[in-house]
Amino acid sequence: MTDMMDTSANAPRRTSLKGNSALVARRKRRERLLMGVGLGAILIAFTVLFILVASLVSTGYTAFVQTQVTLDVHVDPAEISEEQLPRGGFQNVLTRSVLDLLPDADPETDLRAVRGILSNGAQFALRDQVAADPSLIGQTITLTVPLSDPYDQLNKGNINRDTPESERRLNDQAVVWFDQLDQAGRISTPFNWALFTNADSRFPELAGLKGALVGSFWVLFICFAVSFPVGIGAAIYLEEFAPKNRVSDFIEVNINNLAAVPSVVFGLLALAVFLNWFGLPRSAPFVGGLTLALMTMPTIIIATRAALKAVPPSIREAALGLGASKQQVVFGHVLPLAMPGILTGTIIGLAQALGETAPLLLIGMNAFITSAPTSPFDASTALPTQIFIWADSPERGFVSRTSAAILVLLGFLVIMNALAIYLRNRFERRW
Amino acid sequence: MNDMRRTEPTVTENTTKMQARKVQVYYGDNHAIKDVDVDIADKTVTAFIGPSGCGKSTFLRCLNRMNDTIDIARIEGDIRLDGEDIYDPKVDPVQLRAKVGMVFQKPNPFPKSIFDNVAYGPRIHGLARNKAELDVIVEKSLRRAALWDEVKDRLDAAGTSLSGGQQQRLCIARAVATNPEVLLMDEPCSALDPIATAQVEELIDDLRSRFSVVIVTHSMQQAARVSQKTAFFHLGELVEYDDTSNIFTNPKDSRTESYVTGRIG
Ligand SMILES: Nc1ncnc2c1ncn2[C@@H]1O[C@H](COP(=O)(O)OP(=O)(O)OP(=O)(O)O)[C@@H](O)[C@H]1O
Ligand SMILES: [Mg+2]
Repeated sequence: MTDMMDTSANAPRRTSLKGNSALVARRKRRERLLMGVGLGAILIAFTVLFILVASLVSTGYTAFVQTQVTLDVHVDPAEISEEQLPRGGFQNVLTRSVLDLLPDADPETDLRAVRGILSNGAQFALRDQVAADPSLIGQTITLTVPLSDPYDQLNKGNINRDTPESERRLNDQAVVWFDQLDQAGRISTPFNWALFTNADSRFPELAGLKGALVGSFWVLFICFAVSFPVGIGAAIYLEEFAPKNRVSDFIEVNINNLAAVPSVVFGLLALAVFLNWFGLPRSAPFVGGLTLALMTMPTIIIATRAALKAVPPSIREAALGLGASKQQVVFGHVLPLAMPGILTGTIIGLAQALGETAPLLLIGMNAFITSAPTSPFDASTALPTQIFIWADSPERGFVSRTSAAILVLLGFLVIMNALAIYLRNRFERRW
Repeated sequence: MNDMRRTEPTVTENTTKMQARKVQVYYGDNHAIKDVDVDIADKTVTAFIGPSGCGKSTFLRCLNRMNDTIDIARIEGDIRLDGEDIYDPKVDPVQLRAKVGMVFQKPNPFPKSIFDNVAYGPRIHGLARNKAELDVIVEKSLRRAALWDEVKDRLDAAGTSLSGGQQQRLCIARAVATNPEVLLMDEPCSALDPIATAQVEELIDDLRSRFSVVIVTHSMQQAARVSQKTAFFHLGELVEYDDTSNIFTNPKDSRTESYVTGRIG
């Protein structure tokens, strides 16, 4: 009996290190399963992301180029005079130079149709050039101007030549004209800088994001300027100075709740308080920034408190033990060490704010505004609301511009998040 | 004058620097220190020994009010520094800690340069009027901590880039630089190798000429080597407090005897 015990239970088990007992096999199977599930999850996430970006790129990439035509324009003194520049016949001059390139177009009957080849903005380009240099009057200059949206779409292949004429936005005659211009080597498709240098417009070929970009910049600037100091101040007080009691628990719970409030509620609040009560201007990035600051503040407070908590107590003890005051400890040691975490949280909060739409809609930042704001008090759109406006417009040109705008917004988000990750890695755990 | 002489016999080697009477510490409901009376003599090394969890660190932290930073800690009793009640509401703990410095168990240099680590205390207490004076203080402190020769060429290097033993000596230099009157050390050698330990012990002996030093240690040998007075704590009580030689060779309490001979703890 005792011998049996000895050999079976107490004697060392001599199994090979490579042995594959049932226990080991089961453990390995579980590990493989866990790994498989994890990989599957990542795969699904990446597939969804890929589909999203791919669909955006496939509809949006055409907005990054713009079809243009190069014309020899005779700046006719009969149409355009230096004294009456604003009322000059720039459009007539341009239309005539297009007619010169289309031998079979009738200058009388086809005038309207030919005029429609060029973008409505072409005349302003010519006007600005002449205004800058009046000596051009009477000369013939070479000018490259954008085509109107239907021709732009034809060039980009979004209008199918095989569909019956009656169902096409351009008739056969127009297609022939376009091909003639193309064969004459007049058509070019350069990068569409106007997407970034123009503000919004009724004409898709002229519409750009400048207003939205500047608007978003002001919104984020105001949002940061308000939420960063207030958020950090509140977090430092709560974490380092406030007595730990019911009241501070209550405040903590409510800050966490605030972070979970749907953004549209902040929009309603802003509408009631900032616009109706304080009488601040509608559609202004200043108000947008204040509204988003309300939303971002809880994020910053929570991130800052976490960062402050993560500073090892030994650092505080070291400073306190040397006779540093509470304030010297916090501002001389704890805060600098917590800064990377605070900045990371702030950037993530701002990235969230950048993409936020609902509150901005409620304070009217989806107005149609054709010039970029020059101050945070001018009416303006922001990137997400611009996307909202364009997504609502039926023209084909706006469809691709919507996708392009989303890509621009995503680009900014990626940059901001990358910055947050960089900061985190760069300054992580130096103690 | 003559009366004074008679009531306070001159047989004692040194004057009392700190005096604790009936000190109680509670962590919430946990009564961690019970009725402790200790006189800490000036220019003397006092060792606190005792099994883990008996309250050595807790009591040590009462002496410079570091327990104030723990919300649930409550301290009763009377602790005096040069006759002044350190728990008087009018006493600023910040001023107290400038006089009663502390070195912690785990080296905790600031993530700053070696120079800035040592210069921190003198800077916040305004001990140096200019850069030259500060340089002098930093060098003197690093020399006292037996670290100068190792770091004199890289004072700009991060304090955290030093080895564990060097870091601990840096922390000692940092504490010494503020010119405290009492230096509290909580197991300062627990992270050190025997060579660094020997250096720190030498340093402690050297510091005795200017400060009174209180050291918590788990090493009987260390207590015997560096201290003149030893206090033995057990379960929150001060069991025995006497000259170190008496504690180790002729303990009065049986618990002390079994601890120093290695039977409990
Ligand atoms: N911050 C704290 N909060 C609550 N209880 C504490 C705290 N610090 C210490 N204690 C309790 O006080 C008692 C004494 O702890 P203390 O750290 O003083 O022991 P110690 O003698 O220093 O032990 P060691 O030798 O292990 O360092 C222990 O029971 C411990 O659980
Ligand atoms: Mg301890």
